[in-house]
Amino acid sequence: MAGEPLIAARHLDKTYLLGEQQVQALRDVSFEIQPGEFVAIMGPSGSGKSTLMNIIGALDTPSAGTMEINGADVAGMNADQLADLRNRTIGFVFQQFNLLRRTTALDNVKLPLLYSRHRPPDLTKAARASLEQVSLGDRLDHQPSQLSGGQQQRVAIARALVNSPRLILADEPTGALDTHTSAEIMALFTRLNAAGLTIIVVTHEPDVATYARRLLRMRDGRLVADERQAANRAANLAAS
Amino acid sequence: MDLQAIGEFTRVALTALRLNKLRSVLTALGIIIGVASVIVMEAIGNGAAIALQQQIASLGTNVLNVMAGSMRIGGRQLGLGGAAPLSEKDMRVIRERVPGVAAISGQLNGSVTAVYGAANWTTQVNGVHAEYFDVRPWPLESGRYFTPAEVGSGARVALVGSSVRRELFAEGTEPTGELLRINNIPFDIIGTLTTRGQSGGNDADDVIIVPLSTARSRLVGRGFATVPDTVGSIALRVEDGYDLADTQATLADVLRKQRRVNAGEEDNFTIRNFASLLQTRNDQQRTLSYLLATTAAMSLLVGGIGIMNIMLVSVTERTREIGLRMAVGARGVDVLAQFLTEAVLLCLVGGLIGLVLGVGITIAISYVAGWTVSIGAGTVALAILASAAVGIIFGFVPARRAARLNPIDALRYE
Repeated sequence: MAGEPLIAARHLDKTYLLGEQQVQALRDVSFEIQPGEFVAIMGPSGSGKSTLMNIIGALDTPSAGTMEINGADVAGMNADQLADLRNRTIGFVFQQFNLLRRTTALDNVKLPLLYSRHRPPDLTKAARASLEQVSLGDRLDHQPSQLSGGQQQRVAIARALVNSPRLILADEPTGALDTHTSAEIMALFTRLNAAGLTIIVVTHEPDVATYARRLLRMRDGRLVADERQAANRAANLAAS
Repeated sequence: MDLQAIGEFTRVALTALRLNKLRSVLTALGIIIGVASVIVMEAIGNGAAIALQQQIASLGTNVLNVMAGSMRIGGRQLGLGGAAPLSEKDMRVIRERVPGVAAISGQLNGSVTAVYGAANWTTQVNGVHAEYFDVRPWPLESGRYFTPAEVGSGARVALVGSSVRRELFAEGTEPTGELLRINNIPFDIIGTLTTRGQSGGNDADDVIIVPLSTARSRLVGRGFATVPDTVGSIALRVEDGYDLADTQATLADVLRKQRRVNAGEEDNFTIRNFASLLQTRNDQQRTLSYLLATTAAMSLLVGGIGIMNIMLVSVTERTREIGLRMAVGARGVDVLAQFLTEAVLLCLVGGLIGLVLGVGITIAISYVAGWTVSIGAGTVALAILASAAVGIIFGFVPARRAARLNPIDALRYE
């Protein structure tokens, strides 16, 4: 596995036009992420971490430099190719869960399968298996309004998992949750990571970042630190 | 994009419509009215065409009617005073000089009172030549037609229409062979006629048919004393293979010469053919049909704009949902298809309601106005296609707006 990175960012630049003003959100950012890593991206607001996340998530393309996801450079891709890449390779988890209202957990989880070119024969079965993975096998027909915040985020994680992605990309996944529930969600990520899934969490909470084994710090559009953390918070949790 | 995805979009769309029932119905109101108008318009238009066909078939498509006096289009009669009635001689000349006349007969009409036993009935008498039934076929219910000899001798024989029969004779009684007093003159009933039904508001069966000579000398001849051999009006059937309009032109030339109309003078006779006569009569229904077509087009247009408006609102309301769908892999075309599906479904639901409403109105109109109406599979298909087309046309702009959203901005939309 080593030597074939899942994410390879080389000299990324990203420039926006904000009205008349040019904003440089990313400056010469380079890093690699290997399959199976658990990475936290941290930084204050305006540091460029959201921009970086959008490019890692194939929602956006860099202005300069190359961004290889699973061996494919996103820089030259059109909107449809990016959509397919997201569908196949990446599972998104958002701060506000972004579940469809008045839609059952099962149907919410099915959503990525609808847009898949390699659809399993039985969507319901695949979606149910995914919900069982996040211990919500008994909430299949519940709508988001009937679920707690933690449960809703687990439905969102099940949705991210349903297409068997190579990477889970979570943007402030615990931002809308209380401390206890946050710990549950982070424990779930740790478990998924232990099973081999690559996880990237974007956060400004140091607490959340301690679950990761690697920390990328952003400031003013630059990658200012790339730290390995030996200590695993999940292991601590398990011990306590 | 495939069936499974379309099915899922349909399910999502139906859910969205159900969640906003009132809004959906109000939005679809324009479509409902538009489609109902299309249905009623088509039903009346088709009905008018069918009624026209039936009337032409019953009166004969190739029959020309000649009347004395000129008649201006629009029904105002002019110059009747000086015009001589049509005569047996005019008829003879027509027969000799106009090619393609298969059969010809005079028609002398008048109002009479018929008495049988204790029953009496005021009705129309129609004096005709024996050839009349070849000009305008009218099958017998019983008995026989009269012969040329009976017409020549002025025999007192009569054929009665079914309405007259109903008024004068008890159910189950056979009139043929009975004696009927018409204006107090005894006539032998030699036959009864089959029922023809209503024709332009008149009861075609409320008639007694007698030899023309008999009618002229004994029943209705008195008003035409100046021309002893008057025949009233003339009906003639044009032989198959002869053009009706050409024959009509030749007929007019012959009659102008025979009735001494100088060049530049107005005709002192009028030729009408039933096809064009009925055409005029059915224009009324046609006009209403056009009016409804305009209403339908306007309603569909307004309805379509309503659909576009509500779909734009829906796209804005659901920006985050669109962003999410894109994040999990929806292509632009997937989003486009989803919103088009919703717009089309909204229109189809409106179309179906409009269909039911239109059929109801059509039935009510046919009942109240007594018009022939017809709703065919084509009409239903047209209504459904029209509503689907409105959905596609007016749903496209909102759907394209949704498809062109930037997923990053859409996800952040508050």
